[in-house]
Amino acid sequence: MVKVLQPGLYTSIQDMGRFGHTNLGVPVSGAMDSISAGFANALLNNNKNNAVMEITMFGPKLVFMASTNIVITGAEMSAELNNNPILIYKAYPVQNGDLLSFGKLKKGIRCYLAVSGGFRSEIILKSRSFYSGITSQGLLKKNDLLSFEHQEINSKQPKVTINTKIPFYDINVIEVFKGPEFELFLSEEQKKLLSTTFTVSNDNNRMGYRMGEEVVKHTKSIITSPVLPGTVQLLPSGKLIILMKDAQTTGGYPRVFQLTEKSIAILAQKRAGETLKLKLIANK
Amino acid sequence: MTYKPFGESAILIEWPQIISKEILNDIRVFVTKIELENSEYILELNFIYCSLLIIYNSKNSCFNEIKNSLEAVYENELAISVKSEKTVWHIPVCYSEEFGIDLAYLSSEKKLPVEKIILLHSSVHYTVYGIGFLPGFLYLGGLTEKLYFPRRNSPRLAVPKGSVAIGGNQTGVYPQSSPGGWQIIGNTPISLFDVKKETPCVITPGDEIRFNPISKEEFETIKIAQEAGNYEIKKVING
Repeated sequence: MVKVLQPGLYTSIQDMGRFGHTNLGVPVSGAMDSISAGFANALLNNNKNNAVMEITMFGPKLVFMASTNIVITGAEMSAELNNNPILIYKAYPVQNGDLLSFGKLKKGIRCYLAVSGGFRSEIILKSRSFYSGITSQGLLKKNDLLSFEHQEINSKQPKVTINTKIPFYDINVIEVFKGPEFELFLSEEQKKLLSTTFTVSNDNNRMGYRMGEEVVKHTKSIITSPVLPGTVQLLPSGKLIILMKDAQTTGGYPRVFQLTEKSIAILAQKRAGETLKLKLIANK
Repeated sequence: MTYKPFGESAILIEWPQIISKEILNDIRVFVTKIELENSEYILELNFIYCSLLIIYNSKNSCFNEIKNSLEAVYENELAISVKSEKTVWHIPVCYSEEFGIDLAYLSSEKKLPVEKIILLHSSVHYTVYGIGFLPGFLYLGGLTEKLYFPRRNSPRLAVPKGSVAIGGNQTGVYPQSSPGGWQIIGNTPISLFDVKKETPCVITPGDEIRFNPISKEEFETIKIAQEAGNYEIKKVING
């Protein structure tokens, strides 16, 4: 078990997502930056879908009540184990009574804490991902107890090595496919969408990221149709909303682009004020 | 019908973009045929109105392969005949002014007595065109034009769970408490979405809905029965 002494700003448990229920209006959810979450599991020789803790901007304070191994990946946030600094992307053994806390955020905004075997939050509709309205809680709270599979301290080397030099947070070109309604817009409008430097607005969360710029005003609407994490909707005001992991499953705004999973992960590490450009890639 | 790639591992299939029961039924038959194939590469089927989104496993297959195999499934006349009967779900609604907080306003704006609004709302079959917006939120077609009414200028921060409401040319039920801008005319004691059940939402697109007016006493009785797990939504199957 691990006990939550302080929950941090926005901390939840996420696996790779809740699939097979979008036809009932259930969002996919899952780790916003699935690449970093995947690295965390890989470094502990976990399964790819083991549940990890997603930590946003300001980290929690946790006390372990059993031994296991931990690793932190994703955003460059300082972390301390019993007040001693630890590195990200490196596995550490922890014992009963060990205290894990987080400090300054340098780059990115979301980091992932994995434990051997994964966190064992309740499974609802085949997933452990928190989503308010589906799971009994949307965020971790003070004094929550989270269980994990107790494991002997593992001195085995991870089967993978990860190049942490990937300039993940410096990338500001987001690769996108054409969305279903891209061709509804004139070529000048399409060019404008692809040449504008967009700014992430304050309105950004696990449901979606709204961009600040009003680029292409329009009056087009569509009959409500499915959307996905990574769908880029163009609002009548000319602003873009990029849907993220907790997005609704249907929408009525034109869908001009679709992000790749990697692009979603890159965007998930951006905060208000950061800029990006969209780059069109072709379908295979 | 057009097949469009939608990102790395999804296909969007679009029928003519009109709201029609025939199209909805065609999609439903297609979805049933795909489900019967029980193919490992299909991960998700999500349809609403005149569009079907299919998420597939892109590790082993590419867009064109999936498209070709889906087209073959669509054309396959030999597939087991898909049930043609209609399921009509009867949803009890208490239209008292305690729940229907916008009924009086609607009545004066529309110059229709409250009783007439309730009668108009509860005397037709609505078609479920899809589920979205919130888990278990049904997109219903069939609201009489006489009850069309604009949404509120500013949405309420919390519309109670079970609220039955009108927004523009649509009507629907809030399956959970959520912000919302529709005009609230009543409340149903039943849960349209329950994650604790094996099938969290028994109603599926293509089914029909009918709202049955109930009294406050019946509302309380049904609510208690529902919470105790002793209530099943009444369903009528028309051949």
